[in-house]
Amino acid sequence: MNRTSEKAPPKIAIASGKGGTGKTTLAVNLALIADRPVRLLDCDVEEPNCHIFLKPRLRCTERLGVPVPMVDAGRCDGCGRCAEVCAFNAIAAVAGGALVFPELCHGCGACADVCPTGAIKEGTRSVGQLEIGDAGPIECVTGRLRVGEALAVPLIRAVKAHATPDRLNILDSPPGTGCPMVATVRGCDYVLLVTEPTPFGLHDLKLAVETVRTMGLRFGVAINRADIGDERVREYCATQGLDIVVEIPESRRVAEACSRGEPAVEAIPGMRKTLMETMERILATVAAPN
Amino acid sequence: MKEIVVISGKGGTGKTSMVASFAALAPGNVLADCDVDAADLHLILAPEVKRREPFSGGHEAVIHSESCTRCGLCAAKCRYEAIVKRDGPAGEEYAVDPFACEGCGVCVRACPVAAIELRPRTSGEWFVSETRYGPMVHACLRPAAENSGKLVTQVRRQASQLAKERGADFVIVDGPPGIACPVIASVSGASLVLIVTEPTASGLHDMKRAAGLAAHFEIPAMICINKCDLNREVSEAIRNEAAAARLWVAGEVPYDPTAFVRAQIAGLAPVELDRHSTVSREIERTWRTVSGFLCR
Repeated sequence: MNRTSEKAPPKIAIASGKGGTGKTTLAVNLALIADRPVRLLDCDVEEPNCHIFLKPRLRCTERLGVPVPMVDAGRCDGCGRCAEVCAFNAIAAVAGGALVFPELCHGCGACADVCPTGAIKEGTRSVGQLEIGDAGPIECVTGRLRVGEALAVPLIRAVKAHATPDRLNILDSPPGTGCPMVATVRGCDYVLLVTEPTPFGLHDLKLAVETVRTMGLRFGVAINRADIGDERVREYCATQGLDIVVEIPESRRVAEACSRGEPAVEAIPGMRKTLMETMERILATVAAPN
Repeated sequence: MKEIVVISGKGGTGKTSMVASFAALAPGNVLADCDVDAADLHLILAPEVKRREPFSGGHEAVIHSESCTRCGLCAAKCRYEAIVKRDGPAGEEYAVDPFACEGCGVCVRACPVAAIELRPRTSGEWFVSETRYGPMVHACLRPAAENSGKLVTQVRRQASQLAKERGADFVIVDGPPGIACPVIASVSGASLVLIVTEPTASGLHDMKRAAGLAAHFEIPAMICINKCDLNREVSEAIRNEAAAARLWVAGEVPYDPTAFVRAQIAGLAPVELDRHSTVSREIERTWRTVSGFLCR
């Protein structure tokens, strides 16, 4: 069914239900140890952090705009058709005219479609920017949402549009299981769910597992800070038949390296080998027939 | 009644442990868990559900293949790449990918033979509960569901109403990570935002954006530095950043890799596990600063 995944280099998303479990740490360090060219796509556009560790040399930035209606008051006869069809309450009929609330608009184009007098044209509203750069052999694409902007998904889609068939694509997902995470993992060949062995970690892992299962995606689990907490994450993985791809122990040295913005593989001996095995295991799963 | 919203930008900095601690330190206030797609506060506060309501957020399009003429107009009009061509029982057909559909209805109007309908989606539930420290409003979003912003608004509305009915001084809100839709829905119109950060390069970067969000919506904000001794240089950078933005640092909780985890496993807030530890004392100082500021 999915022939592309066997030929073109895959798209691997690093996700989690709970925040702060180590998604970015894994995404960055897996990119650093890969034995092939990588494009790292930072899809956590609300709080992009990959660049902190990789310090890419910026090649270019692109503003991302989404369509937003502009009402020509001279042509609007106040019929209110636009407000009726808007599913997001982003346009209201008031006093014989139409009032747009750009921050609620999803840019679907329904209002412009239905306006009988042609009074609605679409302009663009900036939601953020894409930053494209290089960190040695790693190509980095970062989405950076404008502070105050509510819609993350259009920018996530724009970051994902930079996935390339020429390289291994690693996607750093936002936390949670809502639309930003779903938009990130959709269409990926593999999702690595990062968790920690705590009650919060377990609870949010279950939600993330349900999400990727509903979406029919291949996935595995990474347990970070594996020696804190309790056994319940491992027990859950065993009863559900989930593949625990890697376990990384708690370490103040890793925490300190991260706090300085240094990649763990450069600070901790042994981390490189662990992650190379992790990557091999992920690529083997991706290459295996469904 | 004042509403305090705990956010962080970066996930995993300790928001939920902080909120559970505030609940224990000031019983009788109303609690609200607005991290509706990965809600965890109930794991500590063990709420007893008194009322549960379904939440329907938005719609999704469904194509009736038997009436569809395969003209492809819907796919051409859809801006979310939500209409996909696939092999069906009767050859090639168009279908809606529910994970991409935003329920705008453009395809429904574009279809010349009325083969597409919009159906409401049930995206979750919300609850009003009692806990050992006071009432709590929380919610559960179905995995992969959208519209978390609307559900957040619903949770906050219920919590405020409950606080008025009970005469509570505060609504204490556990917010989601990030700075977009559900966070904006959590903070807009609040009395105060408490940003829990940590002295890491990512924590500092994300704290600035969270503080920027509070400033954008003109909401007073304070900072709490969790794990403050993990990296003293970055902690100093956070203090400087806070000073420059005229934000108070309400508390600095030391790095204890197991204190929060041990409490979680025991089903307790950190301040319940050991009231006299340095961690607990700093959390208490944070609460006094925040609540004192609002009651001044």
